[in-house]
Amino acid sequence: MATNRLLPFKDYGGCSIVGVMDQSGRLFGGDAVIRAIANMHERSNGLGGGFAAYGIYPARADQYAMHLMFDTAAAKAETEALLHERCFVHHAEEIPTRHHPNITGEPLVHRYFINIEPDADRPFMDEDDLVVELHMHINAAVQDAFVFSAGKNMGCFKGVGYPEDLGAYFRLDEYEAYTWIAHGRFPTNTTGWWGGAHPFSILDWAIVHNGEISSYGINKRYLRNFGYERTLQTDTEVIAYLFDLLIRKHELPLEVACRAMAPPFWADIERMGEDEAAQARAIRAVYGGALLNGPFAVVVGSTGRMIGFSDRTKLRPQVCARGGERLYIASEEAAIRTICPDPDIVWHPDAGEPVVGELNVGVRAR
Amino acid sequence: MPEWLTQPDFLVERDPERCIQCEVCVRQCANEVHEFDAELREVFSDSAACVGCHRCASLCPTDAISIREVELEFRTNANWSPQVIRNIYRQAEQGGVLLTGMGNPEGLPIYWDRMLLNASQVTNPSIDPLREPMELFTQLGKKPARLEFAEDGALQTQIGPQLELKVPVMFSAMSYGSISYNASEALARAAHEVGTYANTGEGGLHEHIKPYADNMIVQVASGRFGVDVDYLNAAAAIEIKIGQGAKPGIGGHLPGEKVSADISATRMIPEGTDAISPAPHHDIYSIEDLRQLIYAIKEATRYTKPVGVKIAAVHHIAAIASGAVRAGADFVAIDGYRGGTGAAPTMIRNNVGIPIEFALAAVDARLREEGIRHDASLIVAGSFRCAADVVKAIALGADACYIGTAALVAMGCHLCQKCYTGKCNWGIATQDPYLTRRLNTNIATRRLTNLLQSWGHEIQEIMGGMGINAIESLRGNRDHLRGVNLSDRELQVLGIQMAGE
Amino acid sequence: MKRIRIYEEHCIGCGLCEVHCLVQHSRSRKIIRAFREERDTVLPRVQVERDGYLSFALQCRHCDDALCIEACMTGAMYRDPETGAVLCDTDRCVGCWMCIMACPAGAIQRGTEGKVASKCDLCIGQDVPVCVINCPNEAIVLEDDDDE
Ligand code: SF4
Ligand code: SF4
Ligand code: SF4
Ligand code: SF4
Repeated sequence: MATNRLLPFKDYGGCSIVGVMDQSGRLFGGDAVIRAIANMHERSNGLGGGFAAYGIYPARADQYAMHLMFDTAAAKAETEALLHERCFVHHAEEIPTRHHPNITGEPLVHRYFINIEPDADRPFMDEDDLVVELHMHINAAVQDAFVFSAGKNMGCFKGVGYPEDLGAYFRLDEYEAYTWIAHGRFPTNTTGWWGGAHPFSILDWAIVHNGEISSYGINKRYLRNFGYERTLQTDTEVIAYLFDLLIRKHELPLEVACRAMAPPFWADIERMGEDEAAQARAIRAVYGGALLNGPFAVVVGSTGRMIGFSDRTKLRPQVCARGGERLYIASEEAAIRTICPDPDIVWHPDAGEPVVGELNVGVRAR
Repeated sequence: MPEWLTQPDFLVERDPERCIQCEVCVRQCANEVHEFDAELREVFSDSAACVGCHRCASLCPTDAISIREVELEFRTNANWSPQVIRNIYRQAEQGGVLLTGMGNPEGLPIYWDRMLLNASQVTNPSIDPLREPMELFTQLGKKPARLEFAEDGALQTQIGPQLELKVPVMFSAMSYGSISYNASEALARAAHEVGTYANTGEGGLHEHIKPYADNMIVQVASGRFGVDVDYLNAAAAIEIKIGQGAKPGIGGHLPGEKVSADISATRMIPEGTDAISPAPHHDIYSIEDLRQLIYAIKEATRYTKPVGVKIAAVHHIAAIASGAVRAGADFVAIDGYRGGTGAAPTMIRNNVGIPIEFALAAVDARLREEGIRHDASLIVAGSFRCAADVVKAIALGADACYIGTAALVAMGCHLCQKCYTGKCNWGIATQDPYLTRRLNTNIATRRLTNLLQSWGHEIQEIMGGMGINAIESLRGNRDHLRGVNLSDRELQVLGIQMAGE
Repeated sequence: MKRIRIYEEHCIGCGLCEVHCLVQHSRSRKIIRAFREERDTVLPRVQVERDGYLSFALQCRHCDDALCIEACMTGAMYRDPETGAVLCDTDRCVGCWMCIMACPAGAIQRGTEGKVASKCDLCIGQDVPVCVINCPNEAIVLEDDDDE
């Protein structure tokens, strides 16, 4: 299957997404998010599902947790050789799974806790850059190996199947996280490949996405200007890389980054106050290549933060709710009410308006 | 010696059943094809001088006139086409360089017609531009690679001057002199009305067009006609003209008899003198000289206006465009080999340059590769015939298009290619007051405005079909293009996939 | 009231106004037939004046203080109360040509059909006069008269 994975393609189809964050930083098990995503079974077709969880490796919070899948033992050997050559591997283990009748064709899934020494020859590359480079290198160059995620104190679990079955397969009820995001996929162009499922992740960014990006062609070319060369396979990756570019590299405030991806209409800009309008104009002038056009709703996770936002005309559904310390974002309200029957508030964010959950002041992402 | 080998190009036929001898055609043809015989009280025609401009037929109240290409067929010869043979007769008779007007008419491939556009189905909703916003607003000029914000969230980055277009189509450079004052005024007024830009060419900025200067790009060409600091500061942007698609490497020549008092005042040259634009700028013999001129103009306008460079699409266009951007151009206008002209040597027009489609694909890709695409906007020219051509160009990577020929056609031009004779029967490419009156500026402005607005609507329709509601998501989005009838190599240079892929 | 306004700077001297005026005032109102059968009997009520590249269409201005009405001894020349147009009642006109003498614009001609005056009638029965409709360069236009 790996032969198909480097063809550029977009995700065509609909999906279900859900994200739950406990802003007090309290950790909770994966069973809730599994129930929520299972509630939207109809929105996926069994060809892909996955989860990202934040705060699951508190004991190794300073190490990059690289979740890897291998189709062959040879790929595993090759990758491990590469890891040992380039990084310091603190710990390696198979990701525990539990047999599930609906999950078949499963690859080998392993995780490696690593750090990379700075490269004296390339002082402008920090450890994040080196991890990204390694991540992309494995995906592009190592046959039959694929990195699910490589962030600190987080990880992605994904594959081919319905998300609730995959959740059980990966024994997510045994993990505890302060943020869970999940995805059920309804692709029309799948290659039935585990690496192609969501979430898509780079460093600690993980993204689940319902929609189709009509601007994919230019977003991809725009990202290439900034060196995101090798593995731009799907529009979900494009969104993840845009977050990485705008927030990590260009250091834009989160709201500005979201505005770049889903900017206000010119007609609305004309009605804004002077400063706000000037900012919006500047964003549109400079970040036209980052504008995500077409129907989408996404939930993005990163350390200590969960963001939901949709395209600027909101062509895909997104509902938010708050119950106690928890922020919920989902494709359907029913999914939220399955795990939070009596939320304090339920709302439908405006098109393009980011909903941001952050850990409460003073709470450190553990 | 009689020119007995030269046959007329057209045959003018008058249907005697329909003709009412009203003499309207007689008064319309500046080539004096029609003549009223007062004795016989009948109109006769001498086809020899007919250029096929249809002015007479358009005004004939009974539709009595037909104009046909003369069917005088040579023995079939794929190599020696009738045109080639006739050109030789003409040169053998008259000597000299063959002259012509308008763009390259040769049957070379039109790549726009080999690219097809995408639309949404099921997985992605198309958007109805009548009900939903559909943004064409385009800013042209240098943009920073990224924005910077202060700790308190205030925007730190200053963005340089930008041209703001409501429709991503502008009128390309056409000078007062090569076209009539009325045509120039109509272009300026239409640009003003629609919210786009017209370009003075190297004809200077006429006193009466100054009220529209906010919608004018002024040119600094090799002749430097009409250029002074006020001219530069009056305009919205300045374009340094290096070359023109119809005649790369060739200068221009407005004969003295056309340099009337009005033109002389606008161009700032003595009345009746030939206005000669040298082939190169004699102060630009290399790229660093171009940089000096760009910055001299930026200094003169205190960095308040975009300064761009117009170049013809020639073989090493990507490197040349990249050089222009690095020299400080805020926009680069590329004119393809099908671009129009008021007068050009036929051999140059038909044989020099490359298609704009390839030039654009190569330049956009090159500037992206070098990470300098944001440093300049790309304007493309060279025969944009319809809204679909514009959409395809933007998808290939252009920021905006220039139209020249299409604008003239909107004003009535029938592409007779005789612009250089000064006898344009449509009042466009002429300075003869009897002819220029034919272009009522109010009508011409309205027609140009209608054209741009209808193209705008069509672009919106196409974008809506693709599920895209902002032009920046179309720009450079080659995923929305597919090729037909193209070789692998052509697809590769265009950077697009084959239909079905 | 609407008035015909002449934009001399836009007139290209093509003569189409004359052609269509003639047709409008012919019996058949069909262009080819009108010219074949009535060319010598019907006059266009608009005349194009030409001098070099300058030209303009001349027809009755339908003046407010119409000298032709004052000069007409039979009362044939009158103002239509509805449209304000100055018209000639051909039943009353005796062909004395006082109106022609009086008209400062020279807009009235001797008719060729009977001994009556021939002048622009703003195309009775037409919303827009045919010269306005057929002028290719908008040199004759119908405009609201705001002066009053
Ligand atoms: S040159 Fe034009 S106006 Fe003259 S006869 Fe030919 S088509 Fe008619
Ligand atoms: S304009 Fe037409 S009807 Fe009039 S003279 Fe010419 S051909 Fe005949
Ligand atoms: S501008 Fe006039 S002369 Fe030139 S091609 Fe058009 S109609 Fe002919
Ligand atoms: S039709 Fe118009 S342009 Fe032609 S002569 Fe009459 S007024 Fe002048």
